[in-house]
Amino acid sequence: MELVEPVLAGDRRALARLLTAVEGGAADLPQALAALYPHTGRAWVIGITGAPGTGKSSLVNALAKAFRERGRTIGIIAVDPTSPFSGGAILGDRIRMRDLAGDRGVFIRSMATRGSLGGLSRATRDAIRVLDAAGFEIIFVETVGSGQSEVDIVRTAQTTVVVEAPGLGDDVQAIKAGILEIADVLVVNKADRPGADHTVRALRAMLELGHPVSRGPLTAHHGRLMQAAPADDNDSQERLWLPPVIETVATESQGIDTLLQALEAHRQHLLQDGVQPSRERERIEIELLDRLQASLLARLLSRVPADVFATVIEQVQSRALDPQSAVATLLEAYDQVIKIHSERAAS
Amino acid sequence: MTDQRTIRVLIAKPGLDGHDRGAKVIARALRDAGMEVIYTGLRQTPEMVAEAALQEDVDVVGLSILSGAHLALVPRIRQLMDENDLRDVPLLVGGIIPDEDVPALRAAGVSGVFGPGTSTEAIIEHIRQVVMNRGGREG
Repeated sequence: MELVEPVLAGDRRALARLLTAVEGGAADLPQALAALYPHTGRAWVIGITGAPGTGKSSLVNALAKAFRERGRTIGIIAVDPTSPFSGGAILGDRIRMRDLAGDRGVFIRSMATRGSLGGLSRATRDAIRVLDAAGFEIIFVETVGSGQSEVDIVRTAQTTVVVEAPGLGDDVQAIKAGILEIADVLVVNKADRPGADHTVRALRAMLELGHPVSRGPLTAHHGRLMQAAPADDNDSQERLWLPPVIETVATESQGIDTLLQALEAHRQHLLQDGVQPSRERERIEIELLDRLQASLLARLLSRVPADVFATVIEQVQSRALDPQSAVATLLEAYDQVIKIHSERAAS
Repeated sequence: MTDQRTIRVLIAKPGLDGHDRGAKVIARALRDAGMEVIYTGLRQTPEMVAEAALQEDVDVVGLSILSGAHLALVPRIRQLMDENDLRDVPLLVGGIIPDEDVPALRAAGVSGVFGPGTSTEAIIEHIRQVVMNRGGREG
């Protein structure tokens, strides 16, 4: 793809087009991404997630502005949901990011989820790599307004910020599993609104109840819950990170400096306490599993004849076959096809 | 998967009028037609519009202008888009545009002008047409 060289040279038009290719899956995309990959791994990826209306876009706007004042270049990927009915989308995150207009050190790209469920789009990882290779030092990834289980961001970002706002839920919401657990930094935005103190207290109480401070490995098969230990426990090998709770009013830039310091502290924690390499290894493992899953499924679907698949669906619908056995049947059909192929190749 | 390319449209409101109901109606109609609409909000400068068009790599830019400043804003936006290497990206204008101004806008490189009462279907059809004429561009 002729876009790779210009992207590495800082051509913004080429960058925009390559991001389109990443979303659309152009035929020669794998080669382009392979060529870019050696140039990636330098950017600091910060994920911003939280319920709709908590002020994620405004916070990204304020943070990006503050980091720009400190001379860092910024890429932003803002994800909004695709309509499940029409496949269209309204991407409105730029509305809150107008302060960043006209600055060549900032590149904002809006993406639709295009049917993906975890709060990001399927192309987000590759889009981050493209911005990384293009030389942006900090990349903000703003997820769709998330509820409780859209936690893909923690598998993508190095630092995850969860944004809350006053008045959204009671104390029980705060101790449920899910989105709060993934926070490296918790933000109570709109802190000038009534009830902000209460929200901050509820979040702090939740953290004291036993946040898995040294976040267990991300993958389920070797995931284990760890007991929260005091942050000054010198006996533990890995220094623990206790997520701070920070109050902001993003639209007034209040609390942004404090938030910025907390983010930098988390970055230092990742780099100095030897956390980064093991986290990155986990992220790579998860990404490879995701990609394998997609590729194996595509391969199976391309090999199993469509009429076999249709018959199995009918059998499940007529209760002649249960879904588990149906899957076993389809896997057998796939194995058969592979066997015939390899026998032909051998003879 | 068959991957029909999704049309991306920038809907922008340049200038100072604070009335964006029309722009939102259009944005929603385009969404319902399966397009991805990047909506920028009110009071955009021509520079902001051209920059958003570049970063978002849109197929079409639609401007909503009710202030009467179209003859100043539109040619400036077209010029900035051209400077951003977006010569091939069509520009549409909707809003309150007197008939006698339409030839000037067309001369400035506008592909379509849509006044009050235009059906959303006509706009959707126009966008599909200009995107198709642009051809299946390379990634």
